[in-house]
Amino acid sequence: MTSAATTTRIDARFEALRAEGRAALVTFVMAGDPDIETSLALLKSLPKAGADVIELGIPFTDPMADGPAIQAAGLRALKSGMTLNKTLALVRAFRAQDQATPIVLMGYYNPVYVHGVPAFLEEAKAAGVDGLIIVDLPAEEDAELCLPARAAGLNFIRLATPTTDDKRLPKVLENTSGFVYYVSLTGITGAALSDYSGVSEAVARIKRSTPLPIAVGFGVKTAANAAAIARYADGVVVGTALVDALAKSLDAENRAGPRTVEAVTSLVADLSRGVRGARAQEAKKDEPFSLKSALGALARLWS
Amino acid sequence: MNEQTPNSFRNGPDENGRFGLFGGRFVAETLMPLILDLERAYGEAKADPSFQAELDSLLKHYVGRPSPLYYAERMTEYLRGLTAAVGGEGGAKIYFKRDELNHTGAHKINNVLGQILLARRMGKKRIIAETGAGQHGVATATACARFGLDCVVYMGAVDVERQKPNVFRMKMLGAEVRPVQSGARTLKDAMNEALRDWVTNVSDTFYCIGTAAGPHPYPAMVRDFQSVIGNEAKAQMLEAEGRLPDSLVACIGGGSNAIGLFHPFLDDASVEIYGVEAAGHGLDVENGHAASLAGGRPGVLHGNRTYLLMDDDGQILEGHSISAGLDYPGIGPEHSWLRDIGRVTYLSATDKEALAAFQLCSKLEGIIPALEPSHALAKVMELAPQKPQDHLMVMNLCGRGDKDIFAVAEHLGGM
Repeated sequence: MTSAATTTRIDARFEALRAEGRAALVTFVMAGDPDIETSLALLKSLPKAGADVIELGIPFTDPMADGPAIQAAGLRALKSGMTLNKTLALVRAFRAQDQATPIVLMGYYNPVYVHGVPAFLEEAKAAGVDGLIIVDLPAEEDAELCLPARAAGLNFIRLATPTTDDKRLPKVLENTSGFVYYVSLTGITGAALSDYSGVSEAVARIKRSTPLPIAVGFGVKTAANAAAIARYADGVVVGTALVDALAKSLDAENRAGPRTVEAVTSLVADLSRGVRGARAQEAKKDEPFSLKSALGALARLWS
Repeated sequence: MNEQTPNSFRNGPDENGRFGLFGGRFVAETLMPLILDLERAYGEAKADPSFQAELDSLLKHYVGRPSPLYYAERMTEYLRGLTAAVGGEGGAKIYFKRDELNHTGAHKINNVLGQILLARRMGKKRIIAETGAGQHGVATATACARFGLDCVVYMGAVDVERQKPNVFRMKMLGAEVRPVQSGARTLKDAMNEALRDWVTNVSDTFYCIGTAAGPHPYPAMVRDFQSVIGNEAKAQMLEAEGRLPDSLVACIGGGSNAIGLFHPFLDDASVEIYGVEAAGHGLDVENGHAASLAGGRPGVLHGNRTYLLMDDDGQILEGHSISAGLDYPGIGPEHSWLRDIGRVTYLSATDKEALAAFQLCSKLEGIIPALEPSHALAKVMELAPQKPQDHLMVMNLCGRGDKDIFAVAEHLGGM
């Protein structure tokens, strides 16, 4: 099985962007960071700023794969009283205004497991969630949530990493749907990526094995980083940079300031310009080759 | 319901790393190939007689095994006296399995040497570990010094403050101690940070986990390395008394010393088995204890499903115990399974009970126990009087108390 039983907003969004000829900007924010009202205002303004897909973090006390920035965001959210139920409420409130932008919940398994998988899936679907990324559920644990989620009509998006070799890749892709999230480096969120050359090869390798869109994340901080990845990937995921921008706008007691939402959305707008301009720039740079291919097409016509 | 008894309690885990509902491999994809590698390498090592021979030789000449099985005569007689004073006739014969006499002062070294030999087989040059009280950190730093390996130990910043002597020991042994400032800054956060290190340094690093928990194959592997405790105790009791013990008692944080003692006896139906969790300020005090089985419920953390202390939203609680080695919100998955199937009875002892046992053992036996086995001893003091005098009870004295004297002095208001 390589596709979900039903088409989700995620599938529709990537299809539309493919037709448009550009990559998706996938933005991560933590639910309830630094409080639920600010978080909702931020969610509502993300699509207008240029976010094509929203990843919404479920706060957890022990985020084992996250760096200091996202750890701190989760703790701020928990301190403000955020829970899984309130995270779903946030999605419902967002959905009341926006029917098109896909929402992917991202987090760790324990809050979902404790909530109860069937109840969680039903409530998430009803709230308007489209997909799930649960970091600590590898393919070996698909029976836990991945397969039930797919049956419930939610995409289960799996991470592929530099340690996912050719032998393992089919297992990772087997029950994945929506898109594949390629983690560009071995490490935690927020780490710096110095060398992008291997990433495009890895994306090409995964593309040979699946028709699903490939989004690349980890280490994307600037519009230039985003543009570099958007040339060959179907999506660019930005998380830590946005969480950092939000953190910088808070006061000493971690309360939202008047410019908190804008601090994030202005960076999203910047990143979005990078993503949107990426392939246009590429085409310009490749002009001689485009000419050659045009001549090639003429030659084929004549023959 | 029709309860089914398995043919053996010693067959777990299954090929997916499960002990019934518990265990598993709940890790990020980046780590998945690494733990599959580890599982393969451990399987090969287990089947290689030269691996076991090298480990046995180290355990004998470097650690000082076998550790004695010691008849705690005065403790036995003291408890018989108390029993007689209230008209009872009981009072089990109490033996201590003296793993506190091991090199580095606790059972931790048994497991560490096994994992370090495995790391060498796998060609890994850099070892990382988490530690709470510092015992596992010291054992890991020791083995790394012995084999010339780089060693980084993650320790919660709160624990670094509480356990300064062990921090110094690790540094003397050449390890780098990294204080962990994230989360609650205790053992669970040290484990998070070690996992983050492992995710980052996948090619050269071996994660030496200190307890019988974490993703498969760690719970089974650590149990196997610690089973030397139970295997020795069995042979020693047969030699001393000509028969098996009637009961076993051990303390439980993650539960590696306990599973090491218990596992070889699980199929000996006549042997009663008791695990003792840390009840801290009391089981009824919210977030005031570290008894995952008595006060927690099944959840997923640090790579396995097991009983965890958490709130209704699935957020992990910190737990409390006077003993930094029991101060962990989870427990090894095999214990969760043994509890649910009823093979092992799990009890708990409060800080106060442990402190009383700590003092009694010091005065009666001339042995200053660590605060961790003082929890087990507290329950021995309750159980032994209820048993007849020919009842043979073995308690795992899994660590010595040198590291705890300052903490105890503080609690007792100076000495």
